[in-house]
Amino acid sequence: MTDISQNGSTPRKHGETLMKLTARTKRRNAAERRFQAYGIAAIAAGLLMLAILVVNIVGNGYGAFTQTFVTLDVTLDAAKLDKKGQRNLDDIKKVSTFGYAPLIQKAIEAKVAALGVKTDLKPKDMAALLSKGAPAQLRDYVLEHPDAIGKTLSFRFLANSRVDGYLKGRVTRHSIENDKNISVPQLDLTDQLVKAGVIEKTFNSEFILGSDASDQRPEAAGIGTSMLGSLFMMLVVLALSLPIGVAASIFLEEFAPKAWWTDVIEVNISNLAAVPSIVFGILGLAVFINYMNQPMSAPLVGGLVLTLMTLPTIIISTRAALKAVPPSIRDAALGVGASKMQAVFHHVLPLAAPGILTGTIIGLAQALGETAPLLLIGMVGFIASNPPDSLAAGLMEPNSAMPAQIYEWAKRADPAFYERAWGGIIILLVFLVTMNTLAVILRRRFERRW
Amino acid sequence: MSFVKLTVSALAIGAVSATAAAARDQVQIAGSSTVLPYASIVAEAFGENFDFPTPVVESGGSSAGLKRFCEGVGENTIDIANASRRIKDKEIKTCAENGVTDIIEVRIGYDGIVFASDINGNKFEFTPADWYKALSDKVVVDGKIVDNPNTTWKDVNPAFPAQPIQAFVPGTKHGTREVFEDKVILAGCEATGDFDAFKAANGDDKKAAEKACIALRTDGKSVDIDGDYTETLARIGSNKDGIGVFGLAFYENNTDKLQVATMSGVVPSTETIASGEYPVSRPLQFYIKKAHIGVIPGLKEFAEFFVSDEIAGPDGPLAAYGLVSDPELAKTQEAVADEVVMGGNM
Repeated sequence: MTDISQNGSTPRKHGETLMKLTARTKRRNAAERRFQAYGIAAIAAGLLMLAILVVNIVGNGYGAFTQTFVTLDVTLDAAKLDKKGQRNLDDIKKVSTFGYAPLIQKAIEAKVAALGVKTDLKPKDMAALLSKGAPAQLRDYVLEHPDAIGKTLSFRFLANSRVDGYLKGRVTRHSIENDKNISVPQLDLTDQLVKAGVIEKTFNSEFILGSDASDQRPEAAGIGTSMLGSLFMMLVVLALSLPIGVAASIFLEEFAPKAWWTDVIEVNISNLAAVPSIVFGILGLAVFINYMNQPMSAPLVGGLVLTLMTLPTIIISTRAALKAVPPSIRDAALGVGASKMQAVFHHVLPLAAPGILTGTIIGLAQALGETAPLLLIGMVGFIASNPPDSLAAGLMEPNSAMPAQIYEWAKRADPAFYERAWGGIIILLVFLVTMNTLAVILRRRFERRW
Repeated sequence: MSFVKLTVSALAIGAVSATAAAARDQVQIAGSSTVLPYASIVAEAFGENFDFPTPVVESGGSSAGLKRFCEGVGENTIDIANASRRIKDKEIKTCAENGVTDIIEVRIGYDGIVFASDINGNKFEFTPADWYKALSDKVVVDGKIVDNPNTTWKDVNPAFPAQPIQAFVPGTKHGTREVFEDKVILAGCEATGDFDAFKAANGDDKKAAEKACIALRTDGKSVDIDGDYTETLARIGSNKDGIGVFGLAFYENNTDKLQVATMSGVVPSTETIASGEYPVSRPLQFYIKKAHIGVIPGLKEFAEFFVSDEIAGPDGPLAAYGLVSDPELAKTQEAVADEVVMGGNM
């Protein structure tokens, strides 16, 4: 072969040197430079997209982490809240949130009068600057502290999402021309109250820790409860898919004979890894909910569905990790008299553990970001409203998951929810990046190469 | 050994589920995405004011909700289906086959369907006939039934600007679609007189003529939106010529991006819908499984709370969000209190 190609090449002509490039060499070098330029362009395009994505997400979402609050001194009028005056909790409970609304109207009216702010607004329109959740906040406080009835206390209420949007620049005097939820005089009042320090924008921990809120109070919505939903689902996924996946891989890799049926299993596992996740959702609906009578919207069912989805990923990565352990380790263990099981559990498995963990974490990260199967088992909607109070409740009570909550917010009519959807994406991305970094660190630190 | 522990804990989870599955303590609701915001507002207030947990509200469309509603009786089926149209005889039959016989129908109020376009675009004053001529698959031109030749709004009505026809209408799984077909397209078909032409062409068959009227064109000028109104809004955002079909409440929350068109000369608002001047409105309702009352805690209380004056009345939070309150609310309250089921002939 070498002879032929040598004969085939044109012999160097007289006077030519290696130092001087021929036209053909130049062409070859140019092709190489071109290829490198393509490569750099591809990477640059990728980085540019990433930068656009990050800038977009952070730009749209950071607003969700701050929120506008209104501080008011509310007189908890005993005549309104506890007519019998016996501070009996059952009597106090009879006053619904509608009974608390007038107290807040009075409070803001008094505040405006005390500050000497001039406005033509009626007290009801002044109170509209506050979140519709304010009476509920007041009622919860009174039910917890019945002794507070009759006193005047300072409360920090959420501002209405339109007021919040005005302070964040989303809502302008021009954009509310046709808006019946807020008027220009209300914005004027807002300006004056901001100057007086009654209205201020601060960090909003409720967004990270709180529950979902209905369409009329986007300012109160938080991702905390659905975060717990995701956590419980991940617990189920971890508790089921890790032992099942590892046991299956150890058997297939170390014990099973090479026969046609193991090949069939192997091909099927690889195929399952490529099945779209929505298919697992339909399966979950049919098997876990309709056949096994498990409740709708429960994180347990979500976890079971995601387990099915994660198992192939874990099995494939575990088998790869087991395969990477050199046979000499097994031979040495067997040589000194260990049984096959001892050889696997004492020597092979510890060496493969970093690879297994990495695969598991990546599988979990995938499951954490999954929305499609959750649509079918009822985890999208106004669901994440009660934070679970125990392990059993966390698994069985209806809850949502972070990606499902983001999807739900993106669908809602009020533009303030849109900002919260982006904020939710930031939190979800922080989780995913953390998990993937952990996987990389584990692999770097503990993985052994032979 | 840790595998043993993990397996044991997995089994424990299974055991917990077996016991906990026996008791569901919150109301579960699914159905129309138009009713969803109202239902979630009520659910939130219910959770705040009562000792029951906050009910769970899912969306998915009226048909999808009623399908799940009719799957049977039991704790793993929903208690309430929200619908932006009335339940069909076919669905009642499916329900009965699965053991769901006693259904309580509760009307919560009315909702307007509005036609809105980009805020910086052209203004429109529609009549049902305009929409029929713009979107129907076949129209009558010079006495002959032909494929819809109109490509711009000017072709439809000389008073309109020459803006290309691009409509985003709700998909068939939405209850809104049915109202749109009934009160806009079919009404337009009758108003233009095309209905009679279709009827004559189909051998005097009224049903076939109606079907011919409401068949929408499939050449891309009319796009079915299967998602929610946010998807319609996004489509209009990317295509400034687009005109979308929305619920009144959705429009009122997005007045900075959308301008609304009048229909037959009437501007849609809660007042014009309540008075019946604005022609395109429909009742919103939910359906309760009577068999679940007394089994699922809080179900009846929730239904009564939903239609109470302080919630569904003209000064309540639902009206503030965009619901047109029902003048006959007192009747509905009574019916819910007495658990009146739908008539046997339906």
